Amino acid sequence: MNDAGKTPPKTAPPVPTVAAGRDGKSSAQKVAIRNLDFYYGASLALKSITVPLLQNRVTAFIGPSGCGKSTLLRVLNRMYDLYPNQRAEGEVLLDGENILSPHQDVNLLRSKVGMVFQKPTPFPMTIFDNIAFGIQLYERPARGELADRVEAALTKAALWDEVKDKLKASGLSLSGGQQQRLCIARTVAVEPEVVLLDEPASALDPISTSKIEELIDELKNEYTIAIVTHNMQQAARVSDYTAFMYLGELIEYGETNKIFTAPDDRRTQDYITGRFG
Amino acid sequence: MKSMARYGRRRRRNVITMALSVAATAFGAAWLVAILFTLLWNGVAGLSLSVFTTMTPPPGSAGGLANAIVGSLILTVFGVVIGTPIGILAGTYMAEYGRYSHLTSVVRFVNDILLSAPSIVVGLFVYEITVARVGHFSAWAGGIALAILVIPVVIRATEDMLLLVPDPLREAAAGLGSPRWKIIAKVSYRAARAGIMTGVLLAIARITGETAPLLFTALNNQFWSLNLNAPMASLPVTIFQFALSPYDDWQQLAWTGALIVTFAVLVLNIVARYLSSLGQSHE
Repeated sequence: MNDAGKTPPKTAPPVPTVAAGRDGKSSAQKVAIRNLDFYYGASLALKSITVPLLQNRVTAFIGPSGCGKSTLLRVLNRMYDLYPNQRAEGEVLLDGENILSPHQDVNLLRSKVGMVFQKPTPFPMTIFDNIAFGIQLYERPARGELADRVEAALTKAALWDEVKDKLKASGLSLSGGQQQRLCIARTVAVEPEVVLLDEPASALDPISTSKIEELIDELKNEYTIAIVTHNMQQAARVSDYTAFMYLGELIEYGETNKIFTAPDDRRTQDYITGRFG
Repeated sequence: MKSMARYGRRRRRNVITMALSVAATAFGAAWLVAILFTLLWNGVAGLSLSVFTTMTPPPGSAGGLANAIVGSLILTVFGVVIGTPIGILAGTYMAEYGRYSHLTSVVRFVNDILLSAPSIVVGLFVYEITVARVGHFSAWAGGIALAILVIPVVIRATEDMLLLVPDPLREAAAGLGSPRWKIIAKVSYRAARAGIMTGVLLAIARITGETAPLLFTALNNQFWSLNLNAPMASLPVTIFQFALSPYDDWQQLAWTGALIVTFAVLVLNIVARYLSSLGQSHE
């Protein structure tokens, strides 16, 4: 209603509907975030964010702590719905459908938009059941098919070889890096369309981190990926597009190469060169 | 020099504080040991198979505590079977569904009062709403009184243990598209299982030794009875009655009964402790 009176933020970049990735092929918008405001109670945490997530591309969200990148991610699967006094205004279109609409089935949405968290969160059950839990929420596969699906998910997450002999062991018995890959396997087992990664490697050692990064590169063939990271090199390594956020605003969005080599905005330049943040 | 003087002063103060702490601990522990030793000394003397197989006797003849032991078991099971589901469901509401609601803070406050309410008050209350209405004492009235004592303990344990389950775990389950009840049943309960079980066992331990709420409700029974609609014997009430009697054989049975109750509570506490340590190492 009041959208008409709103002027777009001065720094809002032109958002391409179709753009070329690193491989030179063009890609469609899987998710379109438009004029998104987000409130924690009365305080405004996201200010009129407009940014796309392109299909089969990795979009990185960078910015100093508290800039709203994790908040933005939590809007995309409506995780904020779990808490009172948190509310989003604007539009988030997934394949053209506004997921912020009250008619949206939130559980169904979350089965399409999976999420991996900063700290590994294996469920207190066996490795097998950790993966089967999500699959069985929406399907009733036969025993043998379920086992195949679990194996496929663990293979995709590059964990199968390490756990194939101890599927009955507790998910909590794995190392931190393995636990995080278990969580990724659990997320992809549900066969989502979009995968949200909220600092997925920040609690891991360098070797586990590089495994996760390789994995992200693999996964983008099948999924549209958004990743929040504090690690500049990581953003540069894994993403096709980068969005820089600061104090709840989207400052700059563009191809990762461009953002890291020739950003348009002074603040982006300062952040990626480490002058603040 | 100055620092040396201060060092010496601190050492002396430390010695004094430590001595006082040790003395207080020893004082407390000594009474406990004295109680347990007296109980063991007097209780074991009357311990035999017939205690578990024969009924409470009239004064001056041989007998056991079979009806009181079985009565206690029935009353405890009755109280736990009714109280546990109510307590777990209420605790689940408070920690999961209604964590931010006003109702939860009100219930928590009332529950804390109930938790420390004298059990004789609970007994009187149940007497008023059951025994006085129906016109006779009954086992089920005793079971209800015990259930009312179980509920606050289980509510507290359930709420506390569910609140210890980290929210990211719930978010992870929600993130897969899991509906709320499935998150609770499959993830939260599983993570809090050991703690909730411990709470239930501690509730059982608490009601095992309760006398006051049974005095006005289940009363007592000299004879073997499994009828829930009739008065029923229980160990604590039998101990109360026999210990105050002038007969030596009754007093001996009271000691033995006290030993049995104490031993049962001890075992329950040890199992509860083991369970909760199991839960911690699992995290």
